[in-house]
Amino acid sequence: MNLSTLLAQIINGLQTGSIYALVALGYSMVYGIILLLNFAHGDIIMVGAYVVYYSITRFAFHPLLAVLLAVAASVALGVTVEKVAYTPLRSAPRLSLLITAIGVSFLLENGAQMIFGADTKSMDPIVPGSVAIGSVTISYAAIITIAVSVISMFILTRLVNSTKMGKAMRAVSEDMGAAQLMGISLNKTISFTFAVGSALAGIGSVLYLCAYPQASPTMGSMLGIKAFIAAVLGGIGSIPGAMLGGFIIGLLESLISAVHLSMWKDAVVFVVLIVVLLLKPTGILGHKVQEKV
Amino acid sequence: MKKTLAILLAMAMLIACLAGCGEKKEAEPSGSETKEPETITIAFIGNTTGDYAMYGIPVRNAVKLFYDKLNAEGGINGKQINLLEYDDKADPTESVNALNLAIENGATAIIGSVLTGATVALSDATFEINMPEITASATSPKVTVADPDDPNSEVKTNVFRSCFLDPFQGEKMAQYAAEICGAKRVAIFYETGSDYSEAIVTGFYTGATAYPQLEVVDMEAFSTGDKDYRSQMTNIAASNPDVVLMPIYYGEAGLAITALRAAGCDAQVIGGDGFGSVKDYASAEDLEGTVYFSGYAPGTDSVAQFEADYKATYGEDVPNMFAPLAWDASLIMTEGLKAAEAAGLTPGSDEYKQAIIDAIKGMDAFEGITGSYTFNETNDPVKSVAVIKLSGGNEEFDSFF
Repeated sequence: MNLSTLLAQIINGLQTGSIYALVALGYSMVYGIILLLNFAHGDIIMVGAYVVYYSITRFAFHPLLAVLLAVAASVALGVTVEKVAYTPLRSAPRLSLLITAIGVSFLLENGAQMIFGADTKSMDPIVPGSVAIGSVTISYAAIITIAVSVISMFILTRLVNSTKMGKAMRAVSEDMGAAQLMGISLNKTISFTFAVGSALAGIGSVLYLCAYPQASPTMGSMLGIKAFIAAVLGGIGSIPGAMLGGFIIGLLESLISAVHLSMWKDAVVFVVLIVVLLLKPTGILGHKVQEKV
Repeated sequence: MKKTLAILLAMAMLIACLAGCGEKKEAEPSGSETKEPETITIAFIGNTTGDYAMYGIPVRNAVKLFYDKLNAEGGINGKQINLLEYDDKADPTESVNALNLAIENGATAIIGSVLTGATVALSDATFEINMPEITASATSPKVTVADPDDPNSEVKTNVFRSCFLDPFQGEKMAQYAAEICGAKRVAIFYETGSDYSEAIVTGFYTGATAYPQLEVVDMEAFSTGDKDYRSQMTNIAASNPDVVLMPIYYGEAGLAITALRAAGCDAQVIGGDGFGSVKDYASAEDLEGTVYFSGYAPGTDSVAQFEADYKATYGEDVPNMFAPLAWDASLIMTEGLKAAEAAGLTPGSDEYKQAIIDAIKGMDAFEGITGSYTFNETNDPVKSVAVIKLSGGNEEFDSFF
């Protein structure tokens, strides 16, 4: 393999990895705050993708307006799901919440199939064209994807570390009861977390469509699982961990393909999940929480 | 007080139930008094919802169109055809469940299923009870042969198909690549774990033994549900092939071709019958010149009437080759039914089913709308493939090959 192929593969990996990272952030934030693996997260991306698809192809909106609409729809959906399906179960066992999340995921997938139809919707590339740097061709879509996700992550880190709401989020994730006693509104904080996670999913859906211009009802499931592995690898509940995990999984996938083992790509990713769970269940950047007696 | 009420209500319900059963029993004898059923019941099984519903719905539509027309013309032997419809969601378990339901409801022949995986499971089940079955679209050898790797394997004598099979397409691809494209370097991009995709690849290798100049320079794959092919296409582009074989379905094919062109490779792409309607899944520019094999030639004389009827009934053009193939499947099955009726047998009986099977097996150059049918020793039709070429964003019939 020559150097330019390797570079092209690394850029492929970074582009996929940044989408995984954005989705993994949504998993990680929600898990961090209410210990729920929100399996419906991937399907929120699917809904976002349909919003972009219809805004651009049916209503001929400007792509930027479509992006805003997708983010708005994802946020509305994410918060609605949280209010309707998860809030009533906040004091129920974690397992009930998990099962509910899987149920919501099925509801969204099959609902989308009823409303939008089962076939894959295809659109023209949102960002066509590419630029050649030396012997490597980089698509504008790849550049935008990587840039947008890095910026989103930077903003998110600022939000969590330096705003009042971020402080509240961290407090709730550390100790829900104590945070409530300190006058933090649980409902507001948790809803806000879902809103931010879903907004990232909305951005993720647009980037996804930039990379693969197709929307289908089941597109969120594999993406969701890969992002979930990324979140576990990086350390679920940790924001830098989710980013790191996303990039590692993306790069891993494209480098496996680069050595002509593309048929083993998914197998390797799932083996990574098993190895992480066996050797370091907290992930690369996750820290062990001491159980208080 | 409440308890007593509850018990009373429960008793009342129980009595109502029993009364209901009693009535049913009384009704039964009067039903069996009519000497012969006036309808012939057959069942369509296929995926009309789910990921690949785009294949199943046209099949269902064409089958329904055929039997509605047949019934309007008086049916077979004065009997109307009662067409049952079951959705198997392309799931092997669901298709066998659908078969059981169809048998309970008196089906005497099956048209289906649509995708290979579900059809293999369905044909295993129909073989056990010698139920006549014809599929319009399942192209794996496993549909009609128990174990294709074993040359002495049992043939599922009751199962037929109106389309050609996967390895056959693969062999044709090798022939096409060598003879028409004059290719030497071949790259393959397929779907792991897909019977359809892997069978075509196997067929290609069989066919390629006749053309020693063909060299497979790169082989890449993806797993079901994956949409990210840029890494694989970067490799394929680097291997500098003359032709790229893509034995995959249209949606993935669109993405793969877009990614291939973006990676800077302009090799000839050859696809299988899964490419039908690929024109909607990639830009006209990227698709230009791509060819794929199809079971029928759109716009030719024999299918014109069907295309017009389909459009008039469903308000859209025939979406892909599965609709005309399903029409042929219905036509073939109906020939079988006619033969069984002519022999004066009772629908649903074992003799009736055997008569259908014998009639189909004995066909010699039976004219359908997609070609003429003769079934070989493994119940596969012997027919030519239509080559479809992408030109200016349209899928146009190029030639028979």
